[in-house]
Amino acid sequence: MIQPITRRGFAALTLAATLPFAAQAQDPTKIGFIYVGPVGDLGWSYEHDQGRLAIEEAFGDSVETAFVESVDVGNDAESIMTQMALQGTDLIFATSFGYGPAVNTVAGNFPDVKFEHATGYQRDHPNVSTYSARFYEGRAVIGHVAGKMTQTNKIGYIASYPIPEVIRGINSAYIHAKKANPDVEMSVVWVYTWFDPGKEADAARALIDQGVDVLMQHTDSTAPQAAAAEASILTFGQASDMAQYKPAPRIGSIIDDWAPYYIQRVQDVKDGTWESGDTWHGIKEGMVELGEFTDVIPEEVRAEAQALSDAIAAGEYSPFTGPLNKQDGSAWLAEGETADDAALAGMNFYVEGLTGEIPN
Amino acid sequence: MSPELLIDALIIAATPILLAAIGELVTEKSGVLNLGVEGMMIVGAICGFAVAIESGSPALGFAGAALGGAALSLIFGVLTQYLLSNQVATGLALTLFGLGFSAMIGQGYVGVVPPATPKLDFGPLTDIPFVGPVLFNHDLMVYVGIAIVAGVWATLRYTRAGMILRAVGENHDAAHALGYKVIRIRLLAIAFGGACAGLGGAYLSLVRVPQWTEGMTAGAGWIALALVVFASWKPWRIVIGAWLFGGITVLQLNLQVAGVKVPVELLSMSPYLITILVLVLISSDRRRASLSAPAELGRVFHAAG
Repeated sequence: MIQPITRRGFAALTLAATLPFAAQAQDPTKIGFIYVGPVGDLGWSYEHDQGRLAIEEAFGDSVETAFVESVDVGNDAESIMTQMALQGTDLIFATSFGYGPAVNTVAGNFPDVKFEHATGYQRDHPNVSTYSARFYEGRAVIGHVAGKMTQTNKIGYIASYPIPEVIRGINSAYIHAKKANPDVEMSVVWVYTWFDPGKEADAARALIDQGVDVLMQHTDSTAPQAAAAEASILTFGQASDMAQYKPAPRIGSIIDDWAPYYIQRVQDVKDGTWESGDTWHGIKEGMVELGEFTDVIPEEVRAEAQALSDAIAAGEYSPFTGPLNKQDGSAWLAEGETADDAALAGMNFYVEGLTGEIPN
Repeated sequence: MSPELLIDALIIAATPILLAAIGELVTEKSGVLNLGVEGMMIVGAICGFAVAIESGSPALGFAGAALGGAALSLIFGVLTQYLLSNQVATGLALTLFGLGFSAMIGQGYVGVVPPATPKLDFGPLTDIPFVGPVLFNHDLMVYVGIAIVAGVWATLRYTRAGMILRAVGENHDAAHALGYKVIRIRLLAIAFGGACAGLGGAYLSLVRVPQWTEGMTAGAGWIALALVVFASWKPWRIVIGAWLFGGITVLQLNLQVAGVKVPVELLSMSPYLITILVLVLISSDRRRASLSAPAELGRVFHAAG
């Protein structure tokens, strides 16, 4: 059963109205989602909602899903999840990094409710799982394409918050852009937001004004695509295909596909086999997909991108393979050495060649 | 980083909050606190976008945005002025309603590219070095925004209509006793505020971004509301505040790109800090500052007898 769109602030009220206390005849599994931006961002939150719809498709009337969009991290998230738990929700997907503390607080209060925290690392209670996708694998591929496509040798990168997930993406994209084109420079702008189309557009314009001709983003809206279209430069879809901007400015994309994981976790709850864990899937498992590379890219570059993607999927190549130095010149990975998951999960430094500092 | 490009970007970033804030100033001057600016902006953003797409004319789009914003604000007006509902609660509800309503009518407009809003043609004036690009190279709405501020300032200061509006905001019982239609005047002020917020929203969806995305105002309405307070209800200070805020936002992004050695955390806080600091400083005269807030702001008017 589809619940109506609810809004922050009305969330508690609406949820109270739509998720009745009394058990229904079939007693469907109740699943709640909270999103950091609007479902219509056509990026991050949109793809999580596609995952929610896939659950409904797969389980039909035996599940009941509800979502609350544009939820701030902090108190809002905590009260909305508490409300969901009080209304008998069995499984809650909290789909932004910043929800971590709130998830673990609420999970402690409601040991019978299962929590799934996207891109998180904190699992203080046995009813909390974390999951994420190896976005950096996709970043490696589009980084390569960006390096080949830039003519000014300047690549722009709109970054959200200085957390390991974002830093990994910057490093991975830079390493592969540099391999494809040794003259490449990358400018990173931190906007301190996941979703603010106005600010994302301003950031895109600042980069474009200073000579960037290929733009990457780690924010959720399509605003940078619109700014790029105006200036006739190139971009990549982020989190979602952003196909509206094909064939240019959007010449490729990284798509997050959460559906298989979400369906599996719901099945686990129904079977009583759900366990706390940490899942990190990439191109191989299909959680990270590469969207169509358009004809704007020369054919041989498209072939190289495909080969790189295949090598990563087959496990033959890791995007973080030595020799690699840290930004300060100190050695990080020796020739042929690859970074393990613990090093990737805590990444808090730029690799050699990137300029600027990571904010604290 | 060329100063001309920077100033252009500054004005684009500042215009949405400038428009919304000058509208809210007029509403508040009449004694009404409408916290629904965010909701009216986003409804203006989608109305303007939809009309511009359907008609192919950005100018008609802006007219539609003003109408949409005004129509939404009149819901607030009827609820608070005739049904005497609480202004704070009604304003917040208006924001929530506007966000949801705009998302609904915006479904068909996602991913559509709007017609470009042209820059006005000033002929040879635009070619004057520096002055040309800075003063004579913007779209119509930038000048409309300044004209609205000038108009509001002159009206409040020099005209009888402005005097009446202020009287209603300062003491509605006295204004009523003098025979002024308090509720009608307030409805007009509310509608003006809604129309300006709508224009600000449309500037976002037609010029600054330009596209339609759900929730795209992302808090701009709240910044406009804060601006009115920090500008201590003075029209020209709204311009200073909006340009400072927009300017520092754009400047800090450009400084980041240029690789200036200033901590990014500081840079990204700076628009809020500096705008508040400057506006507080210029209105730091305690005695006068206490006079600047309309005395009846947020109070319910109910004509006795």
